[in-house]
Amino acid sequence: MKATIPKENLLDYSSRYLRKVFTGFYSLIQGMEITIKYFLNPKTVITQQYPENRDTLEMFERFRGPVSMPHDEKGQNACVACGICEKACPNGSISVLTTKDLSGRKVLGKYVYRMAQCAFCGLCVESCPFDAIVLTRDFELSVYDRNELTWVLNTPQIEQEENAND
Amino acid sequence: MSAETLYPLHNGIGNMVRSLFPESAFIINPIIGLISLVVLVSSLAAVLILLERKVAGHMQLRHGPMRVGYHGILQPLADGVKLIFKEIMQPKGADTFIFYLAPVLPLTATFLVMTIMPFDHHLQLADPSGGVLYIIGVSGLSVLGILLGGWASNNKLSLLGAMRSGAQMISFEVSLALIMLLIVMLSGSASLRGIVLSQQGLIFDWWIFKFPFLGILSFFMYLIASTAELNRTPFDLAEAESELSAGYHTEYSGMGFAMFFFAEFVNMFVSAGLATTLFLGGFHPPLIGISIIDGLLNLLPGFVWFFGKTFFIVFVYMWFRWTFPRVRIDQLMSLEWKMLLPLNLLLLTLGAVFMMLGWAG
Repeated sequence: MKATIPKENLLDYSSRYLRKVFTGFYSLIQGMEITIKYFLNPKTVITQQYPENRDTLEMFERFRGPVSMPHDEKGQNACVACGICEKACPNGSISVLTTKDLSGRKVLGKYVYRMAQCAFCGLCVESCPFDAIVLTRDFELSVYDRNELTWVLNTPQIEQEENAND
Repeated sequence: MSAETLYPLHNGIGNMVRSLFPESAFIINPIIGLISLVVLVSSLAAVLILLERKVAGHMQLRHGPMRVGYHGILQPLADGVKLIFKEIMQPKGADTFIFYLAPVLPLTATFLVMTIMPFDHHLQLADPSGGVLYIIGVSGLSVLGILLGGWASNNKLSLLGAMRSGAQMISFEVSLALIMLLIVMLSGSASLRGIVLSQQGLIFDWWIFKFPFLGILSFFMYLIASTAELNRTPFDLAEAESELSAGYHTEYSGMGFAMFFFAEFVNMFVSAGLATTLFLGGFHPPLIGISIIDGLLNLLPGFVWFFGKTFFIVFVYMWFRWTFPRVRIDQLMSLEWKMLLPLNLLLLTLGAVFMMLGWAG
């Protein structure tokens, strides 16, 4: 048996009714105050006029754009070609192609990144033990040819050796 | 000083036509009036759509349209061009005649009400002595248009949306008519011009202040009832685009939809104009009894005051729309039949009592 709610008497009902009328109107007026405040202050507008403000546009901090590999001033990157990012990537958009250097160690040859397949999930960056790759904040990525979306992120080793000799 | 000598009924254009073509003036003048009305209604639709979008934008922390022209001024024109070029599709099995007739009716109702709107002392196309009854009568055409639109669409959801919308509009017209009757009773005239002229004098002679305390109450009730009658939020059950697949104009595209859309917006202006006429003194400036200020206020022509007050009330409608959440259909109906209607009948009775005691006006 479900317990039934006892029927309230007329006085309770009418007092509740009137109280609801007044509190309801009060809350509506509160809402109208907020909207008129926003309407009268055009500075509160948070949308941006995108193509016009391209020069001053600061993309927000946690935006996930395409992957890039930062290089220091000598042209060295932090990648050791372990391939964890390649395993972490759900789309197979990263291929770590390794070579051997003169002493026979495995080093990074080409870090191929196919942006057309990337989902910008950031799993590669999270899984990298050396912080060798970061997510940039670029978003103007349209091109006319799909082949332009396959990038080699590291500067090739030959250039690195030349830079080291300088 | 009677009102006719203070405020002449003839305006300059009509007098000029009458002096130039004395025989055919009775044809030329109405044609001029109707053409000006068409121009006014079409420009009002554009202005109101742009205004609605800008107000909505700024209340939601964004700009409205900004691309077309300076701050989107030409946006309604671009929208109109787009709607003209869109293909008009007719659902399979729809009743052709009714399907194409339905979008015309709401706009017709709007035009018919606009003909007797007193914009100024001498800016009124016609002034029937039963103006309020006429308004209550012709505003039923918009309900008819919506019902026919839902019926002719050959679509169950459209029919349900139209039924619900029609029920809502008919219900709230009862309250609206009762409030209008209260004002007719107080002013002793059913013509709109007579109602406006009964509010001559200071700002305290407007019905919203002249009728002690109950005037403001009835004004707010008019706002609520007319908002519901216009199918606008918080009562826009008819076109809950997001959850109810837009009700009666689901199957309409291109100009058919645009007709419904324009009618809705111009109806908003008409409703605000009626509120101005009935409660806010129509074309009278808000005189306060200090002669210097009153002289300055009297310099402005009457239609400027009329449009100013009307656009203020239109802004209040938009303010409602972008603030309040939607109500459920049962809440809507209980608001009308259990709250507004008894309160209206009480108001009518109290108005009669006040008049007998000589407190009103």
